[in-house]
Amino acid sequence: MFPGLSVVGVFILLPLFMSLFNSFFSWNQLIRTGFVGFDNFKRLLFAFPYRERFFNALGNNVTWFVMTMLIQNSIGLLFGYLMSRSIVGFQAFKRIFFIPVLFSIIAVGFLWGLYLKPSGLLNSFLNLIGLENLRHAWLGEERLATFSIVFVNIWRWVGFPSLVFLAAIHTVPQECLEAAYLDGVGEWKLFWKIIFPLIIPSITIITVLTVIGSLNVFEQIYTMTGLDGSPNYATDTIGTLFYRTAFGSVDSGSPEIGIGSAIGVVIYFLTFGISLLSIYFTRKKEVQL
Amino acid sequence: MITDFKFKGASIPKKIFIICMFMVMFSYVILIVYPLFNMFLSSFKSNREILTTPFSLPSTFDFTNYRTVWIDKGFNQYFLNSLIVTVTAMAFVLLFGSMGAYGVARYAYKASTLVYMLFLSGIMLPLKAAIIPLFLIIKNLNLINTRLSVILIFMAMGLPSTVFILSGFMKAIPLELEYAARIDGCNDFQIYQRIVMPMTASAVALVTIYNAVPSGMISFSLWYFFNRTHLKPYL
Repeated sequence: MFPGLSVVGVFILLPLFMSLFNSFFSWNQLIRTGFVGFDNFKRLLFAFPYRERFFNALGNNVTWFVMTMLIQNSIGLLFGYLMSRSIVGFQAFKRIFFIPVLFSIIAVGFLWGLYLKPSGLLNSFLNLIGLENLRHAWLGEERLATFSIVFVNIWRWVGFPSLVFLAAIHTVPQECLEAAYLDGVGEWKLFWKIIFPLIIPSITIITVLTVIGSLNVFEQIYTMTGLDGSPNYATDTIGTLFYRTAFGSVDSGSPEIGIGSAIGVVIYFLTFGISLLSIYFTRKKEVQL
Repeated sequence: MITDFKFKGASIPKKIFIICMFMVMFSYVILIVYPLFNMFLSSFKSNREILTTPFSLPSTFDFTNYRTVWIDKGFNQYFLNSLIVTVTAMAFVLLFGSMGAYGVARYAYKASTLVYMLFLSGIMLPLKAAIIPLFLIIKNLNLINTRLSVILIFMAMGLPSTVFILSGFMKAIPLELEYAARIDGCNDFQIYQRIVMPMTASAVALVTIYNAVPSGMISFSLWYFFNRTHLKPYL
């Protein structure tokens, strides 16, 4: 097991700790200069250009999380439930819903980037059905850009929560459902009072994965609106902000590894903290059979 | 089963409910399939044709676009790079990962929990935070712009989940089988090779699919380590 552990150690665990270490130093390009304590964090959270960009990006990440939870996971739950009840053609649905998950994010991003252009497929479709006034520059308007990208991401991912929920509902003992059914419970109650409480563990898993996923959004933005989160930083997320500061490829010109590491550490603690919180809150709702 | 949504013999409201839900799921299927189908159609069209008639079938099925991408734009080289990187990395991930998982699942020693936790932390920690030091390490090892760097990173990304999944499966193998093999004179490696690995074959297949589908993090890191175009993998 040592070959494996050494590779993981050198390329994952060591960088993680070095990242924490680096965030306490000031950097000149790629050379570490002096120990500055929490100065990088202070600049990130309070100094002028970083503060605005950081909280703007964090806000977008929150939008991502809320939209994904509300839309993607509830659609996933609905589809998973319907498939578990063997609705007509569920075997085919199960397979088709999972197709987009197997595509790489980059491919999906470029594909939908083309479709959402002002002259792209979506606008042509709206023309075709006579809804010209609904046409938009989907990725070019500040108000819409984030939502467009979130919807593309939801389009890609719905199959995943539905399969997880399907598997979870299958582990609910059939006798419980049959007993409730024979007692004459309605569909609505059957779902909310019996199935839902019993699949809370898988809801925890999906919630934690959603937290991690929406704090780490990067490729979707990169492929669809570019690294600087255009228009006017409306689609900027912590991931793209991190890339820009750490590698200095777009606006500042020179890489600022100190600030970049600080953002990395903040992502790390946010992910960890929010995951723990969501585990804690959903754990309280779990029931034992 | 009694709780299945069966159309036959259901009450009228339930029939309507089933039809509505079926329509919802069916429209989602169209939403998934149509963009992909349109992408396929568009691959045979010229730019002008895509803009003027986005929904129609292509007038002729000509393969110029494929030729442009595959030969003129060097996609064959990218594809080869991806293939080399993925196959090499997967071979090592499966070898080291299954050995590591066997060690975690079956051998009791002082640090075994620690080793397991170290592997697990590779899944649970957000790796984006580690990308700068990773870049510096790769730079200090003089591996920038080499395939080896990506192979090593791919291995490191794939190993934690491999160990996690495989050790779960290996714990479920009955110990008696291993005792029997040992009585028949197998040494440790032979038990691993002849008893454990054949019994976890399905899990190995699962892990291979799970890791070979390019995950987000891997493509993320690939953007950094390739500046020279002829080494770029397709993403």
